[in-house]
Amino acid sequence: MQITVRGRIGPASRRHGQEGRLASTFRRLLQNRGATIGLAVLSFLVVIAVLAPQLAPYDPVDMVPDDRFLLPSGAHPLGTDQFGRDLLSRIMHGARISLTVGLISVGIAAVIGVVLGLLAGYYSGWLDAVIMRSIDVMMAFPGILLALVIVAVLGAGITNVMIAVGISSVPTYARLTRGCVLSAKEFLYVDAARTLGCRDRRILFRHILPNVLAPLIVVSTLGVAGAILSSAALSFLGLGAQPPSPEWGAMLSGGRAYLRDSWWIATFPGLAIMLAVLSINMLGDGLRDALDPRMKV
Amino acid sequence: MLRYVGARLVMAVPVLLGVTILVFSMLYLLPGDPVQAMLGESATSAEHVERLRRELGLDDPIYVQYARFLGNALRGDLGRSLVSRHQVLDEILSQFPATAELALASMAIAVIVGVTLGVLAAIRQNSWLDTLSMFVALLGVSMPGFWLGLMLIFFFSLRLGWFPATGQGGPERLILPATALGIGAAAIIARLTRSSMVEVLRQEYVTTARAKGLAEHVVILRHALQNALIPVVTMVGLQFGYLLAGAVIIETVFARQGIGRLIITSILAKDFPLVQGAVLFTACLYVLVNLLVDISYAVLDPRIRYGAK
Repeated sequence: MQITVRGRIGPASRRHGQEGRLASTFRRLLQNRGATIGLAVLSFLVVIAVLAPQLAPYDPVDMVPDDRFLLPSGAHPLGTDQFGRDLLSRIMHGARISLTVGLISVGIAAVIGVVLGLLAGYYSGWLDAVIMRSIDVMMAFPGILLALVIVAVLGAGITNVMIAVGISSVPTYARLTRGCVLSAKEFLYVDAARTLGCRDRRILFRHILPNVLAPLIVVSTLGVAGAILSSAALSFLGLGAQPPSPEWGAMLSGGRAYLRDSWWIATFPGLAIMLAVLSINMLGDGLRDALDPRMKV
Repeated sequence: MLRYVGARLVMAVPVLLGVTILVFSMLYLLPGDPVQAMLGESATSAEHVERLRRELGLDDPIYVQYARFLGNALRGDLGRSLVSRHQVLDEILSQFPATAELALASMAIAVIVGVTLGVLAAIRQNSWLDTLSMFVALLGVSMPGFWLGLMLIFFFSLRLGWFPATGQGGPERLILPATALGIGAAAIIARLTRSSMVEVLRQEYVTTARAKGLAEHVVILRHALQNALIPVVTMVGLQFGYLLAGAVIIETVFARQGIGRLIITSILAKDFPLVQGAVLFTACLYVLVNLLVDISYAVLDPRIRYGAK
C-alpha cells in the first residue's frame, strides 16, 4: 500500500505535474494579447541582436565623411550620424549590447538577491537582521543614484554599468525572496523534509526556491526592462559605453547636439530603447497575470 | 500616534548611519590609492598627493576617519570641493532649490495626469478608454525620460518655439523638464490608481451611495476616490525619491542647475568630497520623505498605527 502511494507522488508524476503547469501557464500567456505582442517583438529584437553582423547593411563603426548627416533614405533607412555611420546598422548592433546588459545585470541582481533573501528568510535572527538592514541602507538610495555611486567608484564603462545596475537592483530580489521564504517555510512539506533529515541547503534550493520562482520570473522579466533603461541612462550621461560603441544610450547622447537639423540621430535610438523596454514590460505583465494573478497592480 | 512617529524615527536612525558608512566607504572602494584615483593624471608631484592625503586625513586609522566624517557631517561640514574649493554643503544648498522646484513640478504633473488616467480607466473598466489609458501608462513606464526630454525640446522649442529649450527661471523653462521627468511617475500612479479604484468601486458603501440616488460624479469623487487614493499616497512618496534621482539625467538634458547635475559633473571631475556630500544629502532627503509618507499614511488610515509596535 505504501509503495503504491510513493509511486504516485514519485519524481515522474511530479515532473508530469510540472510540465502540465508549465503548459497551462504558457497557454494562459498566449491568450493575453499584450503578452503575445510583447513576446513577438522581443523575439524579433533577439533575432536582430543575434544576427546583427549578418543582417546589418553596413559596419556599425565605419566612419564615412562623405555620408555625414544623411536623411533616412533607401540606402540608409534610418539615415546616418555625424560621422557618416549608418544608424540602422548601429541600432541593430546596439540591440546586442542593450539586451546583453539587461540580462547580465538582472542575472547579477537575481543571484545575489535570491541567495541573500533565502538566507535571511530561512535562518531569521541576527543574519536576517544584518542582511535586511543592509538592504534598507541600499534602498535609501533612490532610483539610479546607487548605480551612479557604484559607477563613480568603479569607473565608467559598460562592464561596470552592468555590475552597478545589477548590485543596485539586489534589494528588490532579496526582499521578494525573503517574503516568499517566510511564508513557504511554514508549510508542512518543509517540516517533513527537515524530519526526513534533509540538509538546510537542500531544503532551501530544492523545496523552498521552486515556490519563489513564479514571482521571481515576473520580477526578473520586468527587471530586464528596467536594467536596459538604467544602463542606457548611464551611457547617455557618459558613464557607460564609450564611443564608438553603438550602445543606444550613447548614440542618443551623441545625437543631442544635432537635434535641430538632424533629428533622426537622437530619435531612432530612443525609439529602439522604448520598443525593447515596452515589449519586455508587456511580456512581464502577461507573465504576472499567467503565473501569479495576485501580484497584479 | 506619537508612539508610531517615535518608532518610525528610531527605525530611520540605523538606516541613516548605514548610509553614512556606505558614502564614507566610497573613497576606500576606489581601485588603488584613493588620492591617486582622485587626482588621476593631474597628480603633478608627490607633494601634491601628500597634501591631499593630509587634507582628507587618510593617514589616520579608518575608524578615526569615519568618526570624524560622521561628526563633521552632523555639524554640516561635508568638506571642500577639490575643484572649486568651496564648502560642499554651500554648493549643495545653492543647487537644491532648482532640484526641489523641478521635483515638485514633476510630482504635480505626475499626480494630475496619473490620477486622471487611472480614474478614467477604472470607471470605464474594460472599455476602449481603459485600454487606451493603460497603454499610455505602459508607454510612459517604457519611455526613457532623457529621450522624451529631447523630443520635447525638438517639438516644442526648436520646431514650434513655444518654450525655451534649456536653462532655468520662470514656469516656461520648467514645463518641459517637469513633463519629461514626471511622465514615468504618472504612468505608475495611473496603474495603481486604476487597480485601487476598481477595488473600491466594488465595495458595498459605493453601492449604498449609488442606491441613495447620489450623482455618479459625487459617488466617484467623494466616496470612491478618497479611499482609493490612500495606497496612492505611499506611491507618490516613493516616486518623489525617484524623481530626485531622475533629476540627475533631466537636469543634464535641459542644462539646468541642480543637485543631479552637480553629482554628474563631480563624478566626471573625480571630485569625491562633492560626490559624497551630494549623494549623502540626496539619500538623507529620501529617507526623510519616506518617513513623512509613512506618517501621513498613518494619519490617513488609522488601521496602520495598530500594527505599530
